[in-house]
Amino acid sequence: MEIVRASNLGYDYCRYDENGQQREVTRAIDDVNLDVQEGQFVAILGHNGSGKSTLAKHINALLLPTEGTLWVDHMDTSTEEELWKIRQRAGMVFQNPDNQIIGTVVEEDVGFGPENMGVPTGDIWKRVEDSLQAVGMTAYRNHSPNKLSGGQKQRVAIAGVMAMRPRCIVLDEPTAMLDPNGRREVLEAVRELNHQENVTVILITHYMEEVIAADRVYVMDRGRIVMQGAPREIFAQVEQLKSYGLDVPQVTLLAYELRKAGLSMPEGILRREELVDALCQLS
Amino acid sequence: MSIKLKNVSYIYSPGTAYEMHALENIHLTIPDNQFIGMIGHTGSGKSTLIQLFNGLLKPTGGEVFYNGENIWSEKFSRKNLRSQVGLAFQYPEYQLFETNVLEDVCFGPKNQGLDPEAAKERAKKALEQAGVPQELFDKSPFELSGGQKKRVAIAGVLAMNPRILILDEPTAGLDPRGRDELLEQIAALHKTRGISVVLVSHSMEDIARYVQRMIVLNKGRIAFDGAPRQVFSHCQELESMGLAAPQMTYVMQDLKRRGLSVDVEAITVEEARDSILSALKGAGHDS
Repeated sequence: MEIVRASNLGYDYCRYDENGQQREVTRAIDDVNLDVQEGQFVAILGHNGSGKSTLAKHINALLLPTEGTLWVDHMDTSTEEELWKIRQRAGMVFQNPDNQIIGTVVEEDVGFGPENMGVPTGDIWKRVEDSLQAVGMTAYRNHSPNKLSGGQKQRVAIAGVMAMRPRCIVLDEPTAMLDPNGRREVLEAVRELNHQENVTVILITHYMEEVIAADRVYVMDRGRIVMQGAPREIFAQVEQLKSYGLDVPQVTLLAYELRKAGLSMPEGILRREELVDALCQLS
Repeated sequence: MSIKLKNVSYIYSPGTAYEMHALENIHLTIPDNQFIGMIGHTGSGKSTLIQLFNGLLKPTGGEVFYNGENIWSEKFSRKNLRSQVGLAFQYPEYQLFETNVLEDVCFGPKNQGLDPEAAKERAKKALEQAGVPQELFDKSPFELSGGQKKRVAIAGVLAMNPRILILDEPTAGLDPRGRDELLEQIAALHKTRGISVVLVSHSMEDIARYVQRMIVLNKGRIAFDGAPRQVFSHCQELESMGLAAPQMTYVMQDLKRRGLSVDVEAITVEEARDSILSALKGAGHDS
């Protein structure tokens, strides 16, 4: 079943001068078509300014399309009466955890969303407990969020979104500020939610390694979707990705370099084990 | 030009219930003309350490020297020190404030006593070296993208002509091409200006590719200090500190375990490729 669908989506950022006259129009999203099925793990790649974050903000109805339509769980995001329902269905996590944590105690922070939705108190606590457990942060429920590491804070932010019981969670570069351990923690939590709770995940990232486990990858350039497919198909096109200012995972790059040097390596190698196996067969 | 730390410790809120030992017994020299990488998990003391380098923090124990002078002695000018040891923070938003990009970068040199024209010249050169295109000079720094803001913030530090440049995660949030371009520019600055660079990063791959020497902090102490090839060969210890080795290290170790005689100290894709090719040739494989 489809959870997010975009049809001919377009969005213009307008700038105005002091007199309120339109000075400049920038097309941030251009004719985007997207179809995300419930339970999918989708990754979106693209250079800075390619329109990824603008697209993400549409899924949460933080921005409304200039052209075309976006549906979340069959609700048109430009229907004002559905706004709160849409935001509850599609939760969002941003890059900097310090900007999205508001509670003074972890469990209060996680409970903020459902409390705002008017969920009965008993249910709130149940949701807080479930969400903290889902991201592995139960032991910290009575801690102060500002004493946590970056990865832990980001997991609390994810738990806060989970407590609203969304069907879909959009993560906009959730690991950009984190150390390797923090990055691993957050990704594991996200994968767990996807597998165990069947929550649809839309992950925006600049770390190519985080994309390997996705079901489907979309590549954006100048507001358009220019490539889409399984990670293996996308990362097999090293030159094309580079032309969009992107990269491939280092393992894929090594396999590509070895093939260029004349070794017979299979295409689209993504994981270390695949590379090591392929090389050991050669020797 | 060198920074020297002698048995330095730093304690936050000493004597209170929140007392925290951020750094303990640090001995360290940052010499002239070296490209240094610094890694450590969140809370390992990196940010505290770089603020000790230019006298933004005063050590609670030990001494900090710049060119042999104790920076906390009475006659030492710390204002002067801060233009010699330039620090670009992780969040550029915190250090941008002027109405346009060029003015923002002029602030440092003006403060150093340069007249407006000379300051402007310096600023333009710094912007160019940081890779900021001319058409952005009269824009507000807050209209820029994250990557552009980072570059402007770095230009602001460069415009003071520092001898030592400290960058706290300059590439966080940049796309792969932006990251490569910025790091190439920093490496070029290191070469052309002969300045020392301290690059704080969470990307082991970037460290592997660019730096001559790497310092690993763990729980407020220096755990490793040496060439990246050697330090990364301790990948299990690095993992126990919440860090990792570059991906190539793991590939090479796996290959070695499977009997291929590759160089386990290869840390970049190029090094790994060359080592694998010659190992396969040695094993009688003709390609």
